[in-house]
Amino acid sequence: MTKEDANRLARAIVEVKERTTICRTCFNVGVGERCAICADERRDPTVVCVVEDPRDIVAIERTREFRGRYHVLGGALSPIEGVGPDQLRIKELLRRIEPERVKEVILCTNPNLEGETTAMYLAKQLAPLGLRVTRIASGLPVGGDLEYADELTLGRALEGRREVQP
Amino acid sequence: MALYRDEGIVLRTTRLGEADRIVTLATPEHGKVRGVAKGVRRTKSRIGARLEPLGHVTMLCWRGRELDVITQVEILEPFRSLREDLSRLGPAMTMLEVADQASAERHAAPELFALLLGALRTLSTSSSTLVLAGFLWRFLAVEGVSPVVDSCATCGCPGPLVAFDPAEGGFLCRRCRRGQAVGEESVGIVQRILGGGLRGVLGEGEHASDDEVERLGLLAVERHLDRRLRTAHNPLSPYGAGGSAE
Ligand SMILES: [Zn+2]
Ligand SMILES: [Zn+2]
Repeated sequence: MTKEDANRLARAIVEVKERTTICRTCFNVGVGERCAICADERRDPTVVCVVEDPRDIVAIERTREFRGRYHVLGGALSPIEGVGPDQLRIKELLRRIEPERVKEVILCTNPNLEGETTAMYLAKQLAPLGLRVTRIASGLPVGGDLEYADELTLGRALEGRREVQP
Repeated sequence: MALYRDEGIVLRTTRLGEADRIVTLATPEHGKVRGVAKGVRRTKSRIGARLEPLGHVTMLCWRGRELDVITQVEILEPFRSLREDLSRLGPAMTMLEVADQASAERHAAPELFALLLGALRTLSTSSSTLVLAGFLWRFLAVEGVSPVVDSCATCGCPGPLVAFDPAEGGFLCRRCRRGQAVGEESVGIVQRILGGGLRGVLGEGEHASDDEVERLGLLAVERHLDRRLRTAHNPLSPYGAGGSAE
């Protein structure tokens, strides 16, 4: 890399960094005050998917299955690390429910102890608001063999079984 | 490098690089173990789910210089009922934090391990509100710093005991009183917990003083460990945000 290339690259990085902002509504990354998803009128504002990190949005968007909006918490509750509700964007989520007429909140936090703890805590906070609160099912990886599944995942997949239509 | 097998309870995990985790476990034979679990954050890893906090496992490890390498893990008890109930998860996390702070790495600690495992099992089945308190007071006994609870810690008189001060070493009589004022029922419950009557106390249902007994235990444990327990002062715990036993 020549010195000039390096300078150009450095300028480009600075530019991207300056233009990248955090969405004021959902805390996704984007450019401008609202991210591309919040700005998209075709997306259903009454269903909000709650995630820990903007990278989770990228993963869910890849499924092309979800047409609602998001809310980024900025982490997960971890009592042992001292991360409490005040360090996450939980108040901001609760404030969105009424004005945006949210009917369903999907709790899409990670399937580990911190993520589950966060989901339970949010479910408790959202319960009095009279909307549907759901949690993503944790199931078996598609394309994997049953015999290689860990017992916690397999146990939950059994618990979340569904009727098969004949 | 030596290979060893032990059982363990996962106390906490921290991320390492892209896909690995450092897992801290309490074990009976090797005390606190810190080991690397490779590739566990990839969804395909079976070991990952087994190495979540609260998991009671048996494992095979390579002894390393600072960190061991965890190779095989089988789950003995996943303690799902603790994970899926906030009112049980709070006390369980405090037990894990106490065990984490107390145990020395690579020094056998069978009594502490047995206490932790027993307390988690009880917590997962019992509806008593004294399980954490029982753990805290018994922990002090296992550590060899059991407070004086049957007579005044200062003058040795038989009581009545009306106060508690961990700095003085236990309960205090009216003349020597310092620290926290305590009720008669609390004194009785603590005496039974430390006198071999924990099972009986847990079987009795709720007492009015359960909270106080837990708060005093927390105070004594925090003094012994010389630090505040994070998990005991957060909104998931009965004391709520910023609540303190001090
Ligand atoms: Zn947005
Ligand atoms: Zn005295």
